[in-house]
Amino acid sequence: MMAGSLALFVVFLAAWEWGPALTGIPPFIIPPASQVWNSFLRMLANDQLMYHTAITAFQVVIGFILGMILGMVVGFILGMSPTAEFILSPYILALQIAPKVAFAPLFVIWFGYTVYPKILVAVLIVFFPVMINVLGAVRAIDPDIVRLAKSFNASRTQVFWKIEFPASLPPFFAGLRIAATLAVIGVVVGEIVGGNTGLGYLLTYGEGSGNTAMVFVTIIMLTIIGILLYGAIVMIENRVLHWLPGRMRPA
Amino acid sequence: MTKVRLEFRNVAKRFPAQRKSGDIVTAVEHLDFALAEGEVVSIIGPSGCGKSTLLNMGSGLDPASSGEVFVDGEKVVKPNEHVAFMLQKDLLLPWRTIRENVEIGLEIRGVSAREREPISLSLLKRCRLGDFVNHYPHQLSGGMRQRAALARTLAVDPAVLLLDEPFSALDAQTKMVLQQDLGQMLGETGKTALFVTHDLVEAIALSDRVLVMSQRPGRIVKEIVIDIPDRPNPMERRKSPKVGPYVADLMSLLHIDEAVV
Repeated sequence: MMAGSLALFVVFLAAWEWGPALTGIPPFIIPPASQVWNSFLRMLANDQLMYHTAITAFQVVIGFILGMILGMVVGFILGMSPTAEFILSPYILALQIAPKVAFAPLFVIWFGYTVYPKILVAVLIVFFPVMINVLGAVRAIDPDIVRLAKSFNASRTQVFWKIEFPASLPPFFAGLRIAATLAVIGVVVGEIVGGNTGLGYLLTYGEGSGNTAMVFVTIIMLTIIGILLYGAIVMIENRVLHWLPGRMRPA
Repeated sequence: MTKVRLEFRNVAKRFPAQRKSGDIVTAVEHLDFALAEGEVVSIIGPSGCGKSTLLNMGSGLDPASSGEVFVDGEKVVKPNEHVAFMLQKDLLLPWRTIRENVEIGLEIRGVSAREREPISLSLLKRCRLGDFVNHYPHQLSGGMRQRAALARTLAVDPAVLLLDEPFSALDAQTKMVLQQDLGQMLGETGKTALFVTHDLVEAIALSDRVLVMSQRPGRIVKEIVIDIPDRPNPMERRKSPKVGPYVADLMSLLHIDEAVV
């Protein structure tokens, strides 16, 4: 399996390197792999590529964590209070349907060329999948389990920590996986709209100077940030949810 | 005189039929009975006669509309440590091991981990789950999970067990084995139990007495004392020639044969 994936990667690289020339596609449309690699090295040396990558990654992680906490808290509150959900649901629905990246220009007007608009877009975009999943999980808990706990004289806090919280974790992590990929989108759009740092800025810079290789490098760096975040989530999930059927390692 | 463990004194439960119409539905009424220390009593009745309502009032999860329920001489107004219930669903938490599930009641009551462990381990051993203490619920069969639920119920050392059709989701043979386990455990521990079931033979095999309830509004219409020896051994009791006549009795009281026509 692993060998197959690796072989495919080699084939892909070869096609990328020699394919454009063979099919007559000019380098400013698809620069060959070697040119992108050279561009990568040049950007490391001259364009502070690592600095911009770190800025973007920082914003992604901060936005992700804040959006995750907010989504979880609101998900629990709405899940436990049907009245609150009933009153708030039209607004939540409207906000959920609104394309979150469209808020980027607004946030830039509000906060200028700082890290805040980017983090804010990420928070907004991460919030929904987490909130919806936690809310659904709290609602799906078998009321008889809660009755059982109450028959043992459990307090409200005990019901939360012993039942509601652990029961919400599998859907919570499913929400986080979706959110991890979305967080990168949110930050990049924020950077494209208004900023002079980060990978989104390099994207617009590369576009403006007709440097296709630079755009390729930046896209790859963004993807790597997304993969690392997603991988971290999966790793934590496998630790926390080790009890899920199908996750158990044979003893 | 033996001590009364659980007592219903002229208990009724009424609730509004629908939110808007002012109609009141009476689920159960005139419930008047007592369970002495160590007694096992079954309640049998047509579907919807309020058997589960009765148990909920006994556990303190649901207040009675009128009348009073007493456990160990104390009036039941809220969930209390004298009573523990067990349902058809095992209600085991999938993220806890079997041992952690058995300990949850003690944990909620603030018993330390060091004190919990010997209790859960000895109960699991007696429920023949000694080799599965660190397994998760999904790794166990339905019968084993229900045995773990029984261990969880017994772990809090309740004076009275309320059992709401605990074996009705199991296949016929597993069911007989679990009845035997329950019968033995109740015999060994001398616990008092109120057992709701649909299964006539189960009621006869496990209990000292069977209370028959009527259609809604549910009342107790008949008490049958089961005169078969060796109550902790339901497997043997099933084979007794007296079971047939008791079943016939219950069938006519519940009008089961009339339903066929």
